[in-house]
Amino acid sequence: MDDLLQEFLAEASESLGLLDGELVRLEDTPDDSEILGNIFRVFHTIKGTCGFLNLPRLEKVAHAGEDLLSTFRDNAGLVTPEAVSLILRCVDAIRALIGALEVSGAEPEADHAALIADLKAAVAAGEARSRSGNTEPASEPDAGGAPAPADAQPEVGPSKVAAGAASTAPDPAKADREAAGEATPGHEGATSSMTIRVNVEVLESLITLVSELVLTRNQLLQLARNKDNGPAADGFQRLSRITTELQEGVMKTRMQPVGTAWAKLPRIVRDLSVETGKKIELKMNGGEAELDRQILEMIRDPLTHMVRNSADHGIEPREVRRAAGKPETGTITLNAFHEGGHIIIEIADDGRGLDIARIRDKIVERGLATAAELDRLTEQQIRDFIFRAGFSTAETVTSVSGRGVGMDVVRSNVEKIGGVIELTSEPGKGTTFTVKIPLTLAIVSALIVGCAGQRFAIPQICVRELVHVAGGGAHRVQMVNNAPVLSLRNRLLPLVSLRDLLKLEAAEAAGFAGGADKGGRDFYVVVAQIGSRLLGLIVDRVFDTEEIVVKPVGRMLRKIPFFSGTTILGDGSVIMILDPNGIAATAGPAQVNRSEQTPALAQGEDRRTSLIVFRAGDRSRKAVPMTLVERIENVDVSAVETVNGGEVVQYRSHMMPLVSVSPGFSRRGEGNQPVLVFADGKRTVGLMVDEIVDIVDAPLSVELKGGGCGTLGSAIIDGKATDLIDVGHYLTRGFADWFGGEAGGADDGADKSQEKTRLLLVDDSAFFLRLMSPRLTISGFEVIEALGGEEAMALHDRGIDVDVIVSDIEMPGMNGFAFAEAVHNGGRWSEVPMIALSSRLTDQNRERGRSAGFTSFVPKARGDELCGVLRQVLQQNGRAA
Amino acid sequence: MTIVRTSGTASVTDKGILTDGPGGGRREFLTFTVGRQTFGLPLGAVDDVLDERPLTPVPLAPAEVAGSINLRGRIITAIDVRRCLGMPKAAPNAAHMSIVTEHDGELFSLVVDAVGEVIAVSEGFHEDNPVTLDEHWRGFSAGIYRLESDLMVVLEVGPLLDGIEAAAGN
Repeated sequence: MDDLLQEFLAEASESLGLLDGELVRLEDTPDDSEILGNIFRVFHTIKGTCGFLNLPRLEKVAHAGEDLLSTFRDNAGLVTPEAVSLILRCVDAIRALIGALEVSGAEPEADHAALIADLKAAVAAGEARSRSGNTEPASEPDAGGAPAPADAQPEVGPSKVAAGAASTAPDPAKADREAAGEATPGHEGATSSMTIRVNVEVLESLITLVSELVLTRNQLLQLARNKDNGPAADGFQRLSRITTELQEGVMKTRMQPVGTAWAKLPRIVRDLSVETGKKIELKMNGGEAELDRQILEMIRDPLTHMVRNSADHGIEPREVRRAAGKPETGTITLNAFHEGGHIIIEIADDGRGLDIARIRDKIVERGLATAAELDRLTEQQIRDFIFRAGFSTAETVTSVSGRGVGMDVVRSNVEKIGGVIELTSEPGKGTTFTVKIPLTLAIVSALIVGCAGQRFAIPQICVRELVHVAGGGAHRVQMVNNAPVLSLRNRLLPLVSLRDLLKLEAAEAAGFAGGADKGGRDFYVVVAQIGSRLLGLIVDRVFDTEEIVVKPVGRMLRKIPFFSGTTILGDGSVIMILDPNGIAATAGPAQVNRSEQTPALAQGEDRRTSLIVFRAGDRSRKAVPMTLVERIENVDVSAVETVNGGEVVQYRSHMMPLVSVSPGFSRRGEGNQPVLVFADGKRTVGLMVDEIVDIVDAPLSVELKGGGCGTLGSAIIDGKATDLIDVGHYLTRGFADWFGGEAGGADDGADKSQEKTRLLLVDDSAFFLRLMSPRLTISGFEVIEALGGEEAMALHDRGIDVDVIVSDIEMPGMNGFAFAEAVHNGGRWSEVPMIALSSRLTDQNRERGRSAGFTSFVPKARGDELCGVLRQVLQQNGRAA
Repeated sequence: MTIVRTSGTASVTDKGILTDGPGGGRREFLTFTVGRQTFGLPLGAVDDVLDERPLTPVPLAPAEVAGSINLRGRIITAIDVRRCLGMPKAAPNAAHMSIVTEHDGELFSLVVDAVGEVIAVSEGFHEDNPVTLDEHWRGFSAGIYRLESDLMVVLEVGPLLDGIEAAAGN
């Protein structure tokens, strides 16, 4: 190809890359002569050069476009969406021609007669209109269902899209790559003037080489550290610095702003709004955040698809929006930002939100799940079905998003690059997709730690701090339900022992299961940040930080979730790179599972229950079931304030009342006061204790005694008499003290003026009834207790009305199923929703329960979910909780 | 590199036993031993032979994976061939060597007891797997060659490695 032609092609595709954005801006601001000038110039230059290079087809197309543009110059009123669409068509045609020229060096046989005729017709119409002095748009905007420019987006600053487009408008080089990429699918065109196209392979091999250089430098560094190397030191320093700079430079060649993946979106949204007659504004923020180019390529299509989806399904037609009291113009917002080694991209619309009912129907229709299965799922779980293969909510396949690409493809693309996609949606308010993807830099700074004689690397980006835990030191590891935690600045940090996690065999293999602090051994806790959570990783030693080259782990090792890669250290040894995300993901559910295995309270007296044993006031041992304790906190006593004669402390931006077990209790004068935090919804109460004695798994055999004094009864735990405290009592007291003695008065959900919802709680265990009933009372229910199904039916026969029933399943005599059947067998309770609260929720049980008439199921171990489920059930039944 | 003899023909003629076998072409193998068994790996599959070198164990890896090694800046997975064959563990300080081989674009190092020599054997000495051969072994054995004083099992690296990977997936 001749140099002149090549230069022309490079220049043309560069300027064409910017045209889409400019045209969309022009549509918003038809009288911006500067934008129009820019566009005009591009056409003019292309047309002029074509004549010179003898490219007649291209010349004709560009000429026709230029003519139409020149009518715009004379009369801004002619900039209608139709006219802009025509120009965009013209741009596409030019782009296709240039693409073909790049490949073959000659103009392809293509017929542009129709386009040119359309352009000419528009010119003629425009001129006629201008001559008649009419500056109104040439055609009625409604004909095409598109808004006229005059009222295009009156309530919206016209520069919004423009500003977004400008902020993400790629620099010429990138636009060039962009445009060339589109013009020549599957062909690496050689078009550029500002940039040199480098084969990706060359780039990758450079990166590998630099990686090796860094490794060699590190090896030398290690040597240099051990020796006083005199005159060589200076040179070495420089070599080291240059290596670092080289490394950074080379890494940058792979990075591109995420905005390059967005460049086409304004045009797409614009076309969509014309096509669908909707008004849509696209806001783009954070387009400058940089990403590895491979990753960028991978997310380009998913992003486009999600934006299309939002525009097509999310944003409602104008009339619907108006009727719903929303602004006519729908907004799609793209946000990109960095968060802890990841980039987060949010795609939010303020449209109708996902229609749960329609999704449910679709799921059943497509055979993805049965209606019965769906009943068990939360709304969020149902929404997540849109990510399943073979699902599409669009009732009619439109030309816009019905392209056979579903959200399942989007999700699998995102997951392919180690990303995560989530969605939130609120009916009538809109839908937000959140995509979290790694930056995967090939070289990272890492902290090298040692555990059981092995070394591991932890990416520095996740490491928040290091805590040295020594036998008698300030930091102590405590156990909560067999899970080690560390109190760090008044927060409990969950700990994961690397030794246990990786099953590292060593002499000390017993690990931390028996209490890490008992041995008095020194160790370190690496505080790692995973998203918004913190996790402490227990390791034996901490070495240095090193720049490491991330290499993929071998194929056979990829299934191990705890490693993100592997690397070679300065001394030549191979070590594994830990993946804190993987560790958190795996460690989290493991602990959840553990707590689920914890037998539910008092379900058969031989079951074991996890209890926190503590002392407060007197020397007697007291205990409270683990599941009821939100956290164990150390409260700085200097932060305790006195309000209304009671003590409170700031806790998570709320005031938390502090209560004591007995009048004989005296709060510490200084230092930290251990506090058991009980929570119910947003409200928390802190129970001050002298010391936490232990956490035990004990069979619970309670001798009940009269309640009300804060004690449920006593039990023999670990061979010693222990008082079981009544959490409900303290919760009530905490709030009775603070809210004028009105239990539950502070509940934002409970409307005091309304009659309370009457809840019937059925269980064969008096202990359980006494445990749950105060919690429910506090949540604003009027609780009626029944000890077993027969007693409950007796209440029924006595003519007592209830609004909702929560019942155990396994009960002697009349069990839960029989009870539910009795309830639904006609009579006053037959319409009352029933929730099963059981510790044995097998699928069979659920199935049976459902046919017996239970609407929802809550595992006993997750009693904290009961209130949420109740609210949901009552809402469905048209009652407020 | 510790290949004892690099030229197959030399070793073969030295031995003088296989030149006039029952006909057919010749194939070259690198022999190695694991336990008392002699194996042969087609020479084309051999990338390198390594002495003992530091091995980094990989926690939670499949039992057949001995660890990772640094081969001139490349990190490769080392396979404990003893384990793959279902043989008892080697003594803690027992000598071992490794054969580097490529499979599906990734390098692996096969940790064996000892590497022998390169030999060329006539196809005529090839026998199918005996029907009595252990089911597990049959998976990666491509038949047997009768050598002068020994039987050599031809190791097929692909099935051996794929088997580990498949097991790791469960």
